[in-house]
Amino acid sequence: MHAPTPDVTFPLLTVIILLPAIGGVMVLLTPSRRLDALRLIALLFSVGTAALTIYLAVKFKSHDGDFQFVSHHWWIRDFGISWKLGVDGISLWLVVLTGILFPIALFGPVVKKDVKAYLGWMLLLEAGCLGTFLALDLFLFFVFFEIVLVPMYFLIGGWGYENRVYAALKFFVYTLAGSALMLVGMLALVFLHQAATDRLTFDLVALAQNPGVGESTARWIFLAFMLAFAVKVPLFPVHTWLPDAHTEAPTAGSVILAGVLLKMGTYGILRFGLYLFPKAAVDLAPLLLTLAVIGIIYGALVATVQKDLKRLVAYSSVAHLGFIVLGTFAFTTQGLSGGVLQMVNHGISTGALFLLVGMIYERRHTRQIAELRGLQKPAPVLAAVFTVVMLSSIGLPGLNGFVGEFLILIGTFVTHRWWAVVAASGVILSAIYLLWAYQRVFHGEPDEANASIPDMTWRERATMAPLILLIVFLGVYPKPVLDRINPSVERLIDHVEERTGESQPAFAGGGAGTTEPHEVGE
Amino acid sequence: MTAVLAQATGVDAPIRFPAVEYWTLVPAITLVVGALVLLLIASLSRRTYGAGLYAGLTVVTGLVSLGTAANIWQRVSDEGPSTAVAKAIAVDGFSTFFAVLIACAVVLGALLAESYVRREQLPAPELFVLMLLSASGGMLMAAANDLIVLFLGLEILSIALYVLAGYHGRREASSEAAMKYFLLGAFSSAIFLYGIALVYGATGTTNLGEIATFLATNVLSNNGILLGGMGLMLVGLGFKVAAVPFHAWTPDVYQGAPTPVTGFMAAAAKAAGFAGLLRVFFSAFGSEQLDWRPVVFVLAVLTLVVGSVLAIVQTDIKRMLAYSSISHAGYVLVGLQAANDSGVAGSLFYLLAYTFMVIGSFAVVTLVGGRGDSRHSLDDYRGLASRRPGIALAFTVFLMAQAGVPFTSGFLAKFYVISAAVDRRSYALAIVAMLGAAVAAFFYLRVIVVMYGPPAEGDEQRGIPLPRSAAVALGIALAFTLVVGVLPAPVIDFARHATLLF
Repeated sequence: MHAPTPDVTFPLLTVIILLPAIGGVMVLLTPSRRLDALRLIALLFSVGTAALTIYLAVKFKSHDGDFQFVSHHWWIRDFGISWKLGVDGISLWLVVLTGILFPIALFGPVVKKDVKAYLGWMLLLEAGCLGTFLALDLFLFFVFFEIVLVPMYFLIGGWGYENRVYAALKFFVYTLAGSALMLVGMLALVFLHQAATDRLTFDLVALAQNPGVGESTARWIFLAFMLAFAVKVPLFPVHTWLPDAHTEAPTAGSVILAGVLLKMGTYGILRFGLYLFPKAAVDLAPLLLTLAVIGIIYGALVATVQKDLKRLVAYSSVAHLGFIVLGTFAFTTQGLSGGVLQMVNHGISTGALFLLVGMIYERRHTRQIAELRGLQKPAPVLAAVFTVVMLSSIGLPGLNGFVGEFLILIGTFVTHRWWAVVAASGVILSAIYLLWAYQRVFHGEPDEANASIPDMTWRERATMAPLILLIVFLGVYPKPVLDRINPSVERLIDHVEERTGESQPAFAGGGAGTTEPHEVGE
Repeated sequence: MTAVLAQATGVDAPIRFPAVEYWTLVPAITLVVGALVLLLIASLSRRTYGAGLYAGLTVVTGLVSLGTAANIWQRVSDEGPSTAVAKAIAVDGFSTFFAVLIACAVVLGALLAESYVRREQLPAPELFVLMLLSASGGMLMAAANDLIVLFLGLEILSIALYVLAGYHGRREASSEAAMKYFLLGAFSSAIFLYGIALVYGATGTTNLGEIATFLATNVLSNNGILLGGMGLMLVGLGFKVAAVPFHAWTPDVYQGAPTPVTGFMAAAAKAAGFAGLLRVFFSAFGSEQLDWRPVVFVLAVLTLVVGSVLAIVQTDIKRMLAYSSISHAGYVLVGLQAANDSGVAGSLFYLLAYTFMVIGSFAVVTLVGGRGDSRHSLDDYRGLASRRPGIALAFTVFLMAQAGVPFTSGFLAKFYVISAAVDRRSYALAIVAMLGAAVAAFFYLRVIVVMYGPPAEGDEQRGIPLPRSAAVALGIALAFTLVVGVLPAPVIDFARHATLLF
């Protein structure tokens, strides 16, 4: 076994994971009546983590597709399990997104019930999320991937709405069952690798270099991984936990669920599915592309007919995540980069939408679209912010959603034309359901109950401001973000092409030839 | 009489007694001596002492036994495994591992029983005496290198447990549990004994090492008798470890027995049963793997599925934990089914982790059960978190560990046995085990939901005292579960080196 090289530099990634965890433990040790101290600890630790993730992005070397800031220590040596962390262009922005969304989710919505436990669970959740995105060891990844369920379960079950217990249980058991097969697949991969190379390791990079599994075995293991990720994404037809969990979760829970947790699925597909099993991924791409397109159309159609505003946003996530999966399995640099960017975009815009829906609920104590009308009159600022966020979610040019969706569609079009064509209609559908909902909620003459609601408070404006800024910035100037995503995506594509012998069309990234040569219009 | 014996053996030679290397049995002997001291104090002393003294002495005895086991461990790692007492006793990492495990169960069980005995006003000394004796039987089982010794250990373990199950004489359920346990236990002992007889018939010896040698060097032209013997022994031990379809006694006995006894039973009796199962099948019948592995496969699948599925519909916590203990037996069987070193090590790790989880769980059940040991329905846990947040949090950790949530010992235990199964390409079994864990999560979470929900009406004021001894037991179990969940390397090392003699 290779001994990991010891860290000589500052273990930035380890600190990023441990900081919120320590904060969570400190919150749990503080007496529950000292509300100010509790809030202060949570604020310091979550903002500190956010600052560190931004520092990470600043220090991150662009034009380097490899893993950076790698930290490697043995954990359970007998099993070849190590505490190996690293960040590359694919995970970098997800880490930053997590770092930024958590303070917003923590301090945007006001929670009065059992503040101590709430803050503690949120901070532990943050540690789990960051660990998932940073782990480069299969076992470590699995551990973080699973542990996230526990705080989320308590957050939904403890602070959610009427049907929270059912939703929390469904969320937990559904996801746990999904990842059950992944562990078996993971172990199979590790032991087959051991049989081939005589080295027992859970190290992602080592396993990807020489998986030591045959083609059909790889396909089975890939499917085992994909099931876990498909439940998490969620991909049609295993999405049914999502509307319940999102709708019943407290506002902060929905923000994190949509903004961060769902990304674990799409991130897992990229990091583990494509990287470990390139051939299987390419072979099974048509299936997954089809499921993604079904998800896009189905999610959009179901969202259109929702009566509950929060449920509508929840179903819109199904559609949006479908786009990300579509870009992933296009196997072009543009599609993949668009997918990664869209993960961040969706986190920001859907997170913001959930915050706004939470604000409306605070004022009206209902989420039924039928009971809301003409909110524009009493709350013009709320309406304006909602408009920007909604347009970003629809994918209006100039806002962040457009860049990601455009790259995905163009990247998919060159290799899988008809899927892209059908998926493009999802963009139109998203305009329909969001604009229609906006019309019903904000336009018209407000009745008595709706006319008297207050506009956004300063606290709420401060919560939304960073998100709005990001929406505009990423829409106008996504270059610094894409510059850091692209090298890693190209590296992943190269890895896939090297192993499958197929290559993407020249104008979509690099290399010559195509899977469907007659369709290349050059 | 002597003449008849001499005639029967055909020689005049006197019966030769083997040399007894007492040091090899010190952990078990310590427990017996402790039990005798307790009995002496109880019968000779004029005044009656409270449960505190007896529990304290039991804890001390358990700790001394733990120390001596550590000493033997040292010796085994220096000199390698050996046999003693005419090869009837194995001195190896395996037997020492179980000595440690059972000593831990004694310490935790005694801590738990102390406040229970006082609360329920039960006679104090006998419970601890029986606990110590039954534990010594368990240690003997784990050290047995001869089927007869194994049977002796099994009986010492079981007979004490039959009495313990009925110890709360004023509770009807307790007497019922003792009766059921005794009748079915006696049956299973008989079946086990018949299995020994058949194996003896097939191989001509009861010594495990000699059986292994015989089977490795001879090809039986007709192995029906051997298979029958193996099958009957599997049934007998399967009963002790509560594997399906020999589990029917478990829910009733677990529910009826005094709660601390249930915890002790779930930890020690199951571990001892598996000690016998692992040693007999892995070392004596190691060469017959092709015959018994498929059977164990079926048993494991049945145990996993029936245990988890039936646990879902339970409304009594003790019954639910009983079914969950059945499903845990399924995971240990997964390790046995792998039939390789990592499978055995995984099973050992699982049993040790389970010891702390299950005694911790039953510690909470003991406390919440209240006077009369009767409040065990799911409703009695309603809103526990608002009344006793600490106890509720501890129970949450134990239940999460049993469900196999990461950063608890339970997760690594499941990981270990499942990885052994995957290593042997038993993918189907690994998948069943993982899906079983997902199903099991459902009923563990249901308890957690109830605990963190609103309290039941009129129940808000019911106090749940937390005696110091029980708090210590809870603390130890909690610390072990969490620390091993994060830093498992030393315990894994321990389990890996607890290899068998052969």
